[in-house]
Amino acid sequence: MSTWATVIVASLGCYGLKLIGVSLPESLLGHPRVQRVASLLPVAMLSALITTDLGAAGHRYSLDWHTLAGVAVGALALWRRRSLLVVFLLAIATTALLRQVA
Amino acid sequence: MPARISRPALRRGGAFAERAEVTRAAIGIGVYAAVFGVVFGAVAQAAGLGLLQAVALSAVMFTGASQFALVGILAAAGSPIAALAAALLLGVRNAFYGVPVSGIVRPRGLGRLLTAYLVIDETTAMAVAQADRATARYAFWITGGCLCGMWNLGTVAGALIGSSIDTAALGLDAAAPAIFLALLWPQLSRQRGVAVALGAVAVTLALVTVTPAGVPIIAAAGVAVAAGLWPGRAADSGGGP
Repeated sequence: MSTWATVIVASLGCYGLKLIGVSLPESLLGHPRVQRVASLLPVAMLSALITTDLGAAGHRYSLDWHTLAGVAVGALALWRRRSLLVVFLLAIATTALLRQVA
Repeated sequence: MPARISRPALRRGGAFAERAEVTRAAIGIGVYAAVFGVVFGAVAQAAGLGLLQAVALSAVMFTGASQFALVGILAAAGSPIAALAAALLLGVRNAFYGVPVSGIVRPRGLGRLLTAYLVIDETTAMAVAQADRATARYAFWITGGCLCGMWNLGTVAGALIGSSIDTAALGLDAAAPAIFLALLWPQLSRQRGVAVALGAVAVTLALVTVTPAGVPIIAAAGVAVAAGLWPGRAADSGGGP
């Protein structure tokens, strides 16, 4: 599957999911168990993405402490209820700075 | 796209009663969408995608977390199927956002196609946070317009300058995990949220050395399905975004 095919199929697929949501009767998507699975899906996927971003390079475990420290500072900002933009800027600035000095 | 208006804001209900306030909030969301758009464009470029591919993702897929996931898995030399599956699984939540949004906007005919296109974290959160339906409709369209325009402009800019900047030196490799963490943070308070997050981390770490890149992400979705179907107190039906 070429990169273009991936981009097109994934894009149309994601749009299709949105269209399903505004088109299906509420009773289908409103079932409590279905809703609970749907609300937990992003929790699991985002946790997995963070794990591979921080802890893996290809097929091996790999920890880049500059990035890890940057994201940790971002977590601190989240805990202090800072806005998303602040969280993000602190994370990349910390990573860049640490990479310069160490 | 990351959710700027988080659950506390949703609960505040009629806090944004006036259109002027809604407009200001929408412009703020547009500004940060531009910044993230630039980052997405640059990250996509660094992952080996062309300008048109990055722009196609922002213009058609138009849902940030899926876009970052797809690009990240392709960059890690993961299989296209895994990248596709991750993008779609992350996009499932938009289908559920469609339920409250269509109740507010009540689109008809071709309007349904445009309404669906704009259903993402921020537009849903802004719409459902309004006290009355007229303001909610306004919030949906103005937020969607600002966000869509700025996200795409940012993506073009990022993809254009992406090749001339050193993403590692600027710390941009921390951008995607930081955004994912910010999206995850308010959702950890869901019933079983922390357990699902820890379970997903464990599954991912167990699989990452033995499966193709991207597969651990898909496997982690199984944790959410298991936890969601597991019988228990039905106190929290998960409701909405």
